[in-house]
Amino acid sequence: MYIELKNIEKSFGDYKACDCINLSISKGTLAALLGPSGSGKTTLLRMIAGFITPDAGDININGNRVNDTKVYDRGIGFVFQNYALFRYMTVYENIAFGLEVKKMSKRQIRDRVMDLMELTGLKGMEKRYPSQMSGGQRQRVAFARSLAPNPGLLLLDEPFAAIDAKVRQELRFWLKDMIHKVGITSIFVTHDQDEAVEVADEIIVTSNGRIEQTGSPLEIYKNPKTTFVAEFIGQSERIFDFHRLKGFDKQGFDGAVIRPEFVETFKRDNEKFQAVLPYSEEGIVEEVSFLGTCLKVRLRVNGIHLTTHRSLERRSVSVGETMHVIVYRIYAYKGEKACYMENSLLKGKEIVAF
Amino acid sequence: MKKKSELFLIGISVLFLFVMLVLPLISVMVHSLRGGLCFYVQSLSTSTVRSAFRITILATVLSVMVNTFFGIIAAWGITRFSFRGKQILSALIDLPFSISPVIAGLSFLMTFGRLGWAGKWIRTLNHALGTNIRIVYAVPGVVLATIFVTVPFVAREIIPVLTGRGKEEEEAAALMGAGGILIFRKITFPHIRFALLYGIILCSARALGEFGAVYALSKTRGETFTLPLEIDALYLSNSSDSITAAFAVSSILVLLAILVLFLKNWVEYKKGINKSNGFN
Repeated sequence: MYIELKNIEKSFGDYKACDCINLSISKGTLAALLGPSGSGKTTLLRMIAGFITPDAGDININGNRVNDTKVYDRGIGFVFQNYALFRYMTVYENIAFGLEVKKMSKRQIRDRVMDLMELTGLKGMEKRYPSQMSGGQRQRVAFARSLAPNPGLLLLDEPFAAIDAKVRQELRFWLKDMIHKVGITSIFVTHDQDEAVEVADEIIVTSNGRIEQTGSPLEIYKNPKTTFVAEFIGQSERIFDFHRLKGFDKQGFDGAVIRPEFVETFKRDNEKFQAVLPYSEEGIVEEVSFLGTCLKVRLRVNGIHLTTHRSLERRSVSVGETMHVIVYRIYAYKGEKACYMENSLLKGKEIVAF
Repeated sequence: MKKKSELFLIGISVLFLFVMLVLPLISVMVHSLRGGLCFYVQSLSTSTVRSAFRITILATVLSVMVNTFFGIIAAWGITRFSFRGKQILSALIDLPFSISPVIAGLSFLMTFGRLGWAGKWIRTLNHALGTNIRIVYAVPGVVLATIFVTVPFVAREIIPVLTGRGKEEEEAAALMGAGGILIFRKITFPHIRFALLYGIILCSARALGEFGAVYALSKTRGETFTLPLEIDALYLSNSSDSITAAFAVSSILVLLAILVLFLKNWVEYKKGINKSNGFN
């Protein structure tokens, strides 16, 4: 394990930012610390970097305990939320700064900076100042600057927060690609689940100073271990009387978390669904709204409100219309624990899904 | 309609500033030249005026140096660390703004004078070393009083600039292993330089013109008098020649003030350009 955190505790006054955190990340992994604001994820990142000292516990990097190691001796590259580029220095000077501090020769610095500028696609921008660049270009500079001294670990604090939505998508792939190309172990902090799912190899979900679950994006998505994770990932809704839906038993659970993709709705005369028609139930369309790439349809089924997404290619639905509804699966929860539950009537049946 | 009210408001402010500021200053300049250019030069080159000029420059330069040093350190401490009593320290820096300069002068008199607690120490020190250090009614007292009244200027200008920008750039540099001095030189200083210069200009202007605080600690004309005190002495001696001389010396201070004003505007202009270079 490249990074290991053992029983980390940190409080600010009465506020417990990190409560007994245990965590390990293997070499070469790109991990996301995902959680709502105030969940302690940034505190955790800043502790690994050495900006904050934990009250208790050990931080190990590459097998060495670094609790008492100075920030700059930990071999860490850090990308700040707003990039914190040196605004009175050119791009070249920004990237070279860490190397100059290390007293490398001018030639070596030049070679390294030029390599990084080539790698990040900034060639020809040496003499620009950060204020003359776009958000995406600044992120590239910040990335190149943090990599310049050859760190063993790269930490990124909300790396996409300062970028507008359209460029963000593009940069996510760019950054993922870059990090894998360089092969550096990296941890980034985000509150955006889409971002974590798209970029990370491994997601660490935090809430209230604790780690809720660690796993690959697919694992987190398909198999949430706690109620919090079930609700936080995806667009989730809580329903309490889920046993009123066909195919589910209460079995002592408190309630269920349900996502739009778990719900299928179709018209009675739809040929593709005739086989499962007996297992469906009727629902009344209450609201239809356009989401850009699909429709969001809200239905009432047995007094329960369900939401589903409907492809624009399918026949249109209108408010008040009676539809047939099948719920494929839910996350049932009891207290803090959550588990995956399939529709018992559909077990072993093949379903044609869109 | 809007045009009329605009003209009215602009007219009022121009008239007010002309009557209250420009007219009196013009009369100082006119009066200073009443005895002719020859008399003007003569009244500026008497030994007391020359001494007063020297003392004024000395006090100004020293207080600018001390306050620049202190101001940077205080602003850094207040904006970069959190500690108990931070608010109190910040408020204390402003104290000279709100306290009458005469009281500042008197407080030094009570501290370093014959009856003051520090006065005894100085006497003991002088006795032991065979020196003759004097604070009150001497140049050191004048300098101390000037420093006192100019404490806020530099710190007050830098604090908002440092607060506004956050400490991420400094953290980024520290993470790469840069030491405190390098961080200040390469990252903090370029950002505060115009605010610092602006503070220094304001500090100089205040130091040049200080009267009340210095008056309490300076009693010997030709030795410890600054320009404002010299003007006062010339004016009070009541012969028509010396009154004209008082105006002549005053004109020097007015010219210095105008120079400072130009500098101030230039720096403000530069500061504006600088700000537009900042980004978030």
